[in-house]
Amino acid sequence: MLHRLAPLAALCLAASLLIGTPSTRAETPDPKDWPAVLEAARGQTVYFHAWGGEPRINAYIDWAGAEVKQRYGVTLRHVKVDDAATVVGRIVTEKAAGKDSGGAVDLVWINGENFAALKKAGLLMSPGWAEDLPNWPLVDTVANPAVLTDFTEPTDGLESPWGLAKLVFMHDSAHVSSPPRSLAALADYAARNPGRFTYPQPPNFHGSTFLKQVLAQTIADPEKLSHPVDPASFDADIAPMLAYLDALHPHLWRQGRAFPQNVAALRRLLDDGEIDIAFSFNPSDASAAIAAGELPDTVRNFVLDGGTIGNAHFVAIPYNATAKAGALVVANFLLEPEAQARKQDPAVWGDPTVLALGALPAADKARFAALDLGIATLPPEDLGPVIDEPHASWMVRLEEVWAQRYGAR
Amino acid sequence: MLKLAPLATLALMLGPVIAGLAGTVLPAFGYMPALGGDSLSLAPFHDLLSRPGLATSLALSLGTGLAASFGAFTIAILFTAAFEGGRFFRAMRALLSPLLAVPHAAAAFGLAFLIAPSGWAMRLLSPWATGATRPPDLLIIGDPYGLSMTLGLMAKEVPFLLLMVLAALPQTDSLRARHVATGLGYARISGWLGAVLPRLYPQIRLPVFAVIAYATSVVDVAIILGPTTPAPLAVRLVGWMRDPDLAMRFTASAGALVQLGLSAFAIGLWVAGERLVAVIGRARLRSGRRQAGDRVSATSSALAMGGLTAALLAGLVAIALWSFAERWRFPDALPGTLTLASWQAHLGHLGAASAVTLAIAVPVTLTALVLALACLEGETRKGIALRHRTLPLLYVPLIVPQIAFLFGFQILLLTLGIADTLLAVGLAHLVFVLPYVFLALSDPWRAIDPRYGHVASALGASPNRIFWRVRLPLALRAAATAAALGLAVSVAQYLPTLLIGGGRHATITTEAVALSAGGNRRLIALYAMTQMILPFLAFTLAALAPAVAFRQRQALRASA
Repeated sequence: MLHRLAPLAALCLAASLLIGTPSTRAETPDPKDWPAVLEAARGQTVYFHAWGGEPRINAYIDWAGAEVKQRYGVTLRHVKVDDAATVVGRIVTEKAAGKDSGGAVDLVWINGENFAALKKAGLLMSPGWAEDLPNWPLVDTVANPAVLTDFTEPTDGLESPWGLAKLVFMHDSAHVSSPPRSLAALADYAARNPGRFTYPQPPNFHGSTFLKQVLAQTIADPEKLSHPVDPASFDADIAPMLAYLDALHPHLWRQGRAFPQNVAALRRLLDDGEIDIAFSFNPSDASAAIAAGELPDTVRNFVLDGGTIGNAHFVAIPYNATAKAGALVVANFLLEPEAQARKQDPAVWGDPTVLALGALPAADKARFAALDLGIATLPPEDLGPVIDEPHASWMVRLEEVWAQRYGAR
Repeated sequence: MLKLAPLATLALMLGPVIAGLAGTVLPAFGYMPALGGDSLSLAPFHDLLSRPGLATSLALSLGTGLAASFGAFTIAILFTAAFEGGRFFRAMRALLSPLLAVPHAAAAFGLAFLIAPSGWAMRLLSPWATGATRPPDLLIIGDPYGLSMTLGLMAKEVPFLLLMVLAALPQTDSLRARHVATGLGYARISGWLGAVLPRLYPQIRLPVFAVIAYATSVVDVAIILGPTTPAPLAVRLVGWMRDPDLAMRFTASAGALVQLGLSAFAIGLWVAGERLVAVIGRARLRSGRRQAGDRVSATSSALAMGGLTAALLAGLVAIALWSFAERWRFPDALPGTLTLASWQAHLGHLGAASAVTLAIAVPVTLTALVLALACLEGETRKGIALRHRTLPLLYVPLIVPQIAFLFGFQILLLTLGIADTLLAVGLAHLVFVLPYVFLALSDPWRAIDPRYGHVASALGASPNRIFWRVRLPLALRAAATAAALGLAVSVAQYLPTLLIGGGRHATITTEAVALSAGGNRRLIALYAMTQMILPFLAFTLAALAPAVAFRQRQALRASA
């Protein structure tokens, strides 16, 4: 039977190598001609690849799907992925197979290194389209420069902003009366209360964000972070950060020998009473979790003096998407004041808007004013300054260093 | 038709693996033009070796995999030897279907819900016995030696191996063999090991290899229970494969080949162990000793079997409780209020995902069963056993780590233009379902006494009539079990469904894994419960089949 294997293998190889015929590239819709986009979008099915780990967000996407169906005749299918990086892999695979149209992904929820990877490889729908969307003028590019520069990478209109993120900490006031409001105080707290603080294990996104927060507040010259890593001075640049972590780790949960794998697991540790302090990238997350019965109502938010890391998240359309017009319609709908206000409601999701509230009509302003931000949430004026995301190369190098130093025992 | 069956089976089972591996081997040596790799080099392997903690990862994969396999095998065998035919044994057999129906991920979650410092066991003991009002800071889940992970794997592999033993036992004439051994003065276990095991082992050898290959390359259980600083190789492999830095694909491909070698090495070690045991066993038999540690073996196997089963079941109860819990904080022994709210909120999603799951699993399982029966029947009619040459081929899809060839297979399907379709997902599932169905069916089938067929033939029955009236009824229990196993395998597939289906076919398992990233225990519990119900129904049907079909056939029912 083994001898039959050789022809079989040859056949399969031949099939994989020869059959691939480059198909013609689909017509790219032009958002400047919006009626034509709406026309083309009607009846299309948009496969929206988005992280599916948070039921509240999934429910919001369901709502958006029902709306675009009713308003524009576009069917939205939420493909729940556990990591946006899998979607990048998917698009790369299609490129490798010569599938330059009719791709599986029509719209993807993305930012940071995933966006940088797709942009660099030329795998996004171009030319830039986001700034030609009808709702683009509502976006607040002055207060939120992050909607134009994603981890220092110019978006060039290749992705459309959806929401904002800012690192906020949370503590259980039943156990902690006055939370530590600086990195030094945090280390001090950990030393006095061993096992009551931890962070998700890098390269998990939130874990890496904590590293960047420490780096931004310990590096001698923070200006360096807006440029790519300089290999010559990298070791010296991160030395204060490593000194901080070296001192912190012995006092972490499980003595730093194990780490929660994501921010949801971190929040669960807080709920279980294993730790006293956790953090999130969503200022309303704690309130929303309290409302959903996932955290005790004694949890409160706080931020660090000197500011915390903030960024924006986006939706992007792959170069080979099947329903490009439909994807444009969905991206534009996600910027509707009604959709953005609903998204900011902690009872729904609690994700901050990217719109400039001052520019909105009174009726839409009222939608935002009516929101109850929740018991644990800090008012916007108390959220503190935003520390911009460092250039994506810092994150890559930090993750390597972390894996080497703390991730392999 | 029958002549084509083996070829069709091989093509469906191995074609994707071979094509997929080609798509892995080339990048492992630096060749993948789409990513800018257009010359062969060893750079990916150099990069792999430079990864921090690689040696620890390899040691973890090998150590936990072999320990779990050896533990599960020893428990299943000693337990059968000590208790076959007894009440304890019948009780375990009744529990087998529910235990097998539990997907690995669900079992791991259950165990984690149970033994974590904030888990149910600690909640039951706190604060009255432990004094703890908050969970103790103990490293239980994710311990550096992978003990929790090994335990989780063992808890799931014992029922699997026991099922394989049960399916094979009727062909070994075990009860009479034991009577003879007892008559000759052998103690219970010693007699069984000497008289029955040599006949039984060849029939369960392949499932044992599958267990080793699985346990050394497992991803989901390792993610839930295994260490992370560093993680076992397979987990890191998946991470590299999905790294947004596309250059990591080369490293991942090289790692996939190393994983392949590691699983093969583990099986090699096992085979060496087999030789050793055979030598020792023969010496023992010649020595004429009729018992050795029988009582200790019986007690410890009963304790291990009982302990693992109890842990698994308690974990499942914890999952069930969580799916009905509203708020359940440490150290409450039970949730304050039980509610159907979670179930009601997600019923629509659960139903839709179950429908997609079955739309894939049922046709795939039936195809696999028909192909396997056609191959085996063709073999029987030709009167030749192809086993020695075909057997190694069956392991291929079970030994090659999924992630190693799925990437390449996906490229093939894309070029054929059928990626993302239900058909494509079905083809990918068939790769994994076929071997399990074949493994579960082939040995019991080949062990059917050929003289039944000869007698029927002498009485004038046509080959088709012999198949339908003689051989199929004799193999009915094995066939039903194989089908249930096939269904369970299909239901549990995560990576093939996600990668080959382009994420468009949301099954219970893909939804469960996506949600598990969110860490919401109630939702995890909800999907884990649903994930169990489908295979559970299949195994229940399989267990009932012989009793229903053989109402009139005393002997078949007894052996069944």
